[in-house]
Amino acid sequence: MTEQSTAGPLKRTPLYALHKELGARLVPFAGYEMPVQYPTGILAEHAQTRTAAGLFDVSHMGQVRLTAKPGQNAAKALETIVPGDIAGLQPGKQRYTQFTNDQGGILDDLMVTSTGDHLLLVINAACKDADLAHLQKHLSGLCEVEPMFSRGLLALQGPQAAQALARLAPAVATMTFMTGAWFTIDGAQCYVTRSGYTGGDGYEISTPAAAADAIARKLLAQPEVKPIGLGARDSLRLEAGLCLYGHDIDITTTPVEAVLLWSIGKERRAQGGFPGAAVIQKQIAEGASRKRVGIFPEGKAIAREGAEIVATSGKESGKTVGKVTSGGFAPTLGRAVAMGYVDKALSANGTKVELLVRGKPAPAEIVPMPFVKHAYYRG
Amino acid sequence: MADMKYTQEHEWIRIEGDTGTIGISAYAQEQLGDVVFVDVPQAGRKVAKGDSVAVVESVKAASDIYAPASGEVIEANAALADTPGDINVEPMGKGWFFKMKLADKSELDGLMDQAAYDAFVKSLG
Repeated sequence: MTEQSTAGPLKRTPLYALHKELGARLVPFAGYEMPVQYPTGILAEHAQTRTAAGLFDVSHMGQVRLTAKPGQNAAKALETIVPGDIAGLQPGKQRYTQFTNDQGGILDDLMVTSTGDHLLLVINAACKDADLAHLQKHLSGLCEVEPMFSRGLLALQGPQAAQALARLAPAVATMTFMTGAWFTIDGAQCYVTRSGYTGGDGYEISTPAAAADAIARKLLAQPEVKPIGLGARDSLRLEAGLCLYGHDIDITTTPVEAVLLWSIGKERRAQGGFPGAAVIQKQIAEGASRKRVGIFPEGKAIAREGAEIVATSGKESGKTVGKVTSGGFAPTLGRAVAMGYVDKALSANGTKVELLVRGKPAPAEIVPMPFVKHAYYRG
Repeated sequence: MADMKYTQEHEWIRIEGDTGTIGISAYAQEQLGDVVFVDVPQAGRKVAKGDSVAVVESVKAASDIYAPASGEVIEANAALADTPGDINVEPMGKGWFFKMKLADKSELDGLMDQAAYDAFVKSLG
């Protein structure tokens, strides 16, 4: 969890009053006052999302609309700053990509959806001002770059999310993973994508600011749905092996090192044309010297972010070879899990390592991710 | 009649004769959130006041538990290994951490009594 310190008073999302009403514990997060948990607690909220449906306020994330200027192509324009295949994105389809820098490092990761007329971007809260400046700097000659930072963004996640949301908008039931469409929900025009950050089925619902509170209350009135805070959002995404920007990925990690190569289209790998392409193409050809891996600490030691990873075999044996970038308790598995970067030589599944947990070495093993199987709805 | 005292780190110690039972307060468990793992000290361990003697892990974070006084650990709450959630449910009861033989009860003089602790928690908002 990041608690970015930013100058000035904390901002509030359109659901602030609702969070207070629900008894949330509010904490500063990326400049916003956000619910970390509700009275039932993180374990119950985590289980709720894995077994029924959970509603998350993610309105602090940045939403940006790109519209091509006359004679221009917004997707082609965006491709100059991301390695993802955006030009090939059909209307109503969504894709995950990253803003890269000239060294191949990741400035932020984002979701891009084509509506046909526009591209809708969802960017991380802590990065949104920098991302906006980056977009304006590189794309403003080609696209209208419109921040929609006041809009609401609700995530409804879990195996019963579809049946709950379908009561308000029946057609969402047949949407498949990583697609988006406009729906009228409670009288408001909302853009809904079947996506999320939990590894499970679910939706993200972009709402007009003024409609967010009423829609959230409508969703919470469904018997399957309970409110979920950022604490469970973090444990859910960790179990799903998903990266948290500023922790598992940042300007010092490339998409190849982070094992996000799947998000770079074949053609784009070959043709480049995005910042850091030379570095990334070289890593694709030769392999990166380090890799993001999943780790199971043995026993009950919980290795958290920053814990050193020590080799117990090979020529680096006894040396620190990396650090845990995210780690914690995985409620679904009832055990500790972690992810971090290790040298390529130590990245094979089954490799034994040690983690320094509060200074004490704890045996651990490199394991595949996700820790909990994804359950996306693919139709 | 047992005497209950509190530290500024939100630990409680119930004093019966020269034995102290240590745990964390209701306020502390609420701040921590769901506890998923507790590392308690072994019986026989000699501890000095202020030593980190136990670790409580919640979903969010790990926190050290400090010895409120010097002495020797005589019993740890073994049940917490299987049911760490006892700390959330009953922090002052079955969620106790360990018992110790107190070397010098005068070390406890600086600790807060119930009224002082209640006021302290209130001051934290």
